[in-house]
This record gives sequence, structure tokens and C-alpha cells, in this order.
Amino acid sequence: MIENKKYSSRYNFAFIDESTKKEIRRKLLKAVAIPGYQVPYSSPEMPIARGWGTGGLHVTLALIGKEDILKMIDQGSDASVNACNLREFVQMMTGCRTTFDTKEASLIQSRHRITEEFLTEEQIFIFQVPQPEPLRGVERYEYKTRQMHGEADYAKMWVSLYESFVRHGDIMLGAGYPVKVNGRYIMAPSPIPRWDIPNLNQSRTLYLFGAGREKRLYAVPPYTTVEPLEFEDVKFKIEQFRDVSCYKTAYRRAFLDEMYLDDGSRQHVINDSNFLDKVEHGQAVIPFTNPYLEQIPQ
Amino acid sequence: MSHIDNSWLLRVRNLTKIYGEPNDRTLALTGPEVNSNICPETESIVACAGVSFDLYPGEVLGIVGESGSGKSTVVKLLYFDIEKTAGAAWLKPYAGGHADILEASGQQKRFIRNHLMGTVYQNPRDGLNFSFSSGGNIAEKLIMAGHMNVGNIRERASFLLDKTEVPVRRLDDPPAVFSGGMQQRVQIAKAIANNPPLLFLDEVTTGLDVSVQAKVLDLIRELQQELGIAMIVVSHDLSVIRMLTDRTLVMKNGRVVESGLTDQILQDPQHAYSQLLVSSLL
Repeated sequence: MIENKKYSSRYNFAFIDESTKKEIRRKLLKAVAIPGYQVPYSSPEMPIARGWGTGGLHVTLALIGKEDILKMIDQGSDASVNACNLREFVQMMTGCRTTFDTKEASLIQSRHRITEEFLTEEQIFIFQVPQPEPLRGVERYEYKTRQMHGEADYAKMWVSLYESFVRHGDIMLGAGYPVKVNGRYIMAPSPIPRWDIPNLNQSRTLYLFGAGREKRLYAVPPYTTVEPLEFEDVKFKIEQFRDVSCYKTAYRRAFLDEMYLDDGSRQHVINDSNFLDKVEHGQAVIPFTNPYLEQIPQ
Repeated sequence: MSHIDNSWLLRVRNLTKIYGEPNDRTLALTGPEVNSNICPETESIVACAGVSFDLYPGEVLGIVGESGSGKSTVVKLLYFDIEKTAGAAWLKPYAGGHADILEASGQQKRFIRNHLMGTVYQNPRDGLNFSFSSGGNIAEKLIMAGHMNVGNIRERASFLLDKTEVPVRRLDDPPAVFSGGMQQRVQIAKAIANNPPLLFLDEVTTGLDVSVQAKVLDLIRELQQELGIAMIVVSHDLSVIRMLTDRTLVMKNGRVVESGLTDQILQDPQHAYSQLLVSSLL
């Protein structure tokens, strides 16, 4: 009997068909070649709605191979709903091994955070991006923002930072602080907190960004200069957690979540769940370091 | 006067803007002789055609004419707000005056606008961003020219507002809450922020009441004398032209019908249309 192997499984490996994967990889190559530039791509249909992590998922599925080990995080946590669902989906479509361990993972997809643990050349870090256009806040027309990027016309962006400083005495951008990549394009670093921004600079890891709803891919290749926008006399700052530390581990050099316990008391805890586990159990872990973090007493 | 010939700041030749699809006869079929700028064959509109002049450093040139005569079009073409149909313009401080600024790339045009020109529009909404503060509006121009120090930017913005007689404590208020005269003065402060050698003024006093008009005109004249900025003043109002300008072009139906010293044109107009304009001056 002739066996029809083509239809023996209901889905292609990693869900997306091979020619579309090829297209996404081609666009990723272009994104890597022009750091910070937003490359339009197909953004094919997924079994989840656009805007719920499809951009990151496209990149992950286009890159994943049978040997890859996947870590999926949402706001620093491996266990939140978005992370669990996406992890399970990729696992079902590929049969790949998944992990919580940052060090072990070869492919990490994330929403809103970079891990506290140091990333290496062996790993690829993928962001889900809701709004890839850093200029959207100052210019609502797409054709104009493209022209502004083309001509490196970023005065409006700078004026909005100036205005923020004048009105509030500081640059009031929490997540998604605009950065200049490789001295050329201004990029929205997806809504990661300012805390994570310095970890994009001269990193050993390849960072890929996928915005499914807006159909844009972009990248920060390893060892690329990424500078947050700052004036000569008004500097970029990371979040300050003054006089508080993680209530479980007393750790200070990590992004902390504020939470209220059952007894009504207010506590802070390390946001990155895997990092928290490792610190709590005394396992060896190498965190990111940067000049901003080094100012925080340990 | 041969030594003057090469001292021009802005040289404009055959500046032309036509909307629609003109044919070979469009230019011949329009103009003041037929009292129309709409081509009867193609229905294309000749906003301005064959405008040529030289502007010298520190000189104030007036362009006067009725509405629809093409005077604002000339200024908008030179400030790159609209694309030319034909013609060329050279600006001395840009590439030594050897490169046609109208053919420059978008990036180059932005450089010219930010470093070498300023403009004040009739409507402050065209020149100012009403969602930014007045200081922010001036900062935009300064940032474009590469100033990246908030302290210095605020110092310069305060200086400019003081110069244009806007109370400095209103630095962080948006121009939307200002009176029309104040908005216009913020626009002037923004336009001169980078000490440009050339300033365009497009109907700056139209729509302001008479006492405020006089104040704004005084300010412009003072700035001109103090900073020696060359200006092109567009107005339908001959008293504004008389007060501010050294030389005047009279435009009608997109063409220059007469040019010369302002005093001469006002005293002894040659073209029939100029005569009509002068005689209708109150």
C-alpha cells in the first residue's frame, strides 16, 4: 500500500507552511541587516488573534527547529496565561522541548521583559510587540512616519521628550522608552521597562521583534549600540527601587514587582520568576550588568 | 553696480507652479492680459509663472497683489511647502549659491529650512504645533539645528520670547491659550530662533486688529534692523508694504506685472493694475 506521508500529520512542522516561513526568515535577515528598521512582512493567520502575541509567535515558529529548547515568558513570568498558552501551542506544533530555565533555553519568546539572567551568543531572544512605531505618539500618519524615519527627521520625538520634562520635571516614559539603534533609527523597544533598555546595548544575543497586528519585524543584532534618547543635561534613568528589596531573597539588583500580601502589607518581589527561583534556592546565576545597575547597592 | 551683481542672497529664476495638466499654450493663454490664470483649453491653473528676482542680504522685498495672484505660492515654493513645476532658486549660504535649492533632496531641504530660513504664516496654526508649549515650539526649531541641552534651549527660547515681547513666564503655556497677536509673536520667535539669513512673512498682520498690527509690524522692523535679516513680505495691504519694504513686486494672475523701489511704485505706478491698487489705498 502506498502511504501518503504528506498528510500523515494534520499540521506542518511549526504550524506555518514552509514558503511562508521562508518569507519571514528573509524579512528577518533584512531586519538584522538594517538594525532598528521596521521591515513589513506577511503576518499570516494564526489560531490566535493578531495583537495577542502573533508577531513573536511568527518569529519563533519561523526559526524553531527540532533541537531547540523553548522558553516562553510573559511580563517576567513563565506561568502567566499568555505564556502558558503560547508555550503549549508551540510545543504541540513542534514537539520541541520547553523549559523555564533561562540558561538552558536556545529560543526565548517574551512579552514586556528581558530576563535578569545574562543571555549568550547561543540564544535568540524574541519580543512580542504591540506598537512597533516609536513616532506614532507624535505623528499619526504612517506615510509621514516612514518619511521621518527615511530622512532621520526625529525633532518631533525630541520635542515630546522636552515637553515631558517641562511639564513633569522628568521624562515620564515608563515602558517602551525610545532608543536610537546603531546611531541611525529610532526604535520602540517593545514595552520593556526602562530597567531592561541598557541590556539591549552591545548585547551578545540576537534580539528579534515581531509586531503581528502592525505587520512589522525589526532586530537588534549582537554587539549593536543601542542608546536611550537623552538630552545633554536631562539623562535617561532606570526605575528606582529606593530602600526596598525582594522580600523573599533580599535581592536588590533586579526589577521588582510591588504586591500586597493577604495581611495587607506591601512587599516587593523579583519580577523574573525563573531568576527568583534560582536566587531563592541559592543556585548559581549570572545576571546582566550595566552601569545603571552597578549604582545600586547589593 | 557690477560689484552688487554677485552679492545676492537669494536668486530666483522663472519660478512656475501650475496645477492640473497644462499644454504648450497654457502660459500664452493665461496672465494679466486676459485677466485669468485658468487655461481655457486644459483648465489647468497657473498659480505663478516666470517669477524671477534677486534678493540681497538684509533687504526687504515686498510682494503685493490681490488674492489669487500667486504671491503666497511664490513663498511656499521657496520654503518647500509645495513642489515647483518649473524654475530654479539659489541661496548663497547653501553650497555657495551654486546648487538649485528646489532640486535638493528632502533631507537637504529640511537642512535649508532649519538652518537658513524661517517663515511666519498668516495662520499661527500652520507655523506652530498647538499641542506643544510655546517653548516646545521654539525648541523644535533649535533641536532640528542640533541643540541638545534643555537648559540652553530654555535660555534661548526665553531670550526670543523676551525679544518678541511675549511674557517669558508664559514659556510653558501652549500657544492655543494665547491671543492672536501673541501667537503671531511666538511664531516670529520660532522663525528667527536659529538666526536665519532669510525670513518669509506671509500676510502676518492680516486678521489682527489695528493696534496689534502696528505692534507686530514694529517688532518686525526692529528685528530686521537689529539682526539684518533679509525678508520677503507677502501682503495685499499696501500700507504694510510701504512700512516694511525696500523693493516691491506687484503680481496679478500669477505674473509679476511691475517691480521696483517701493517708494517709486507707490508714487508713480506704471502698470494699470498697480495704478488701481495705489489709487484704492485708503
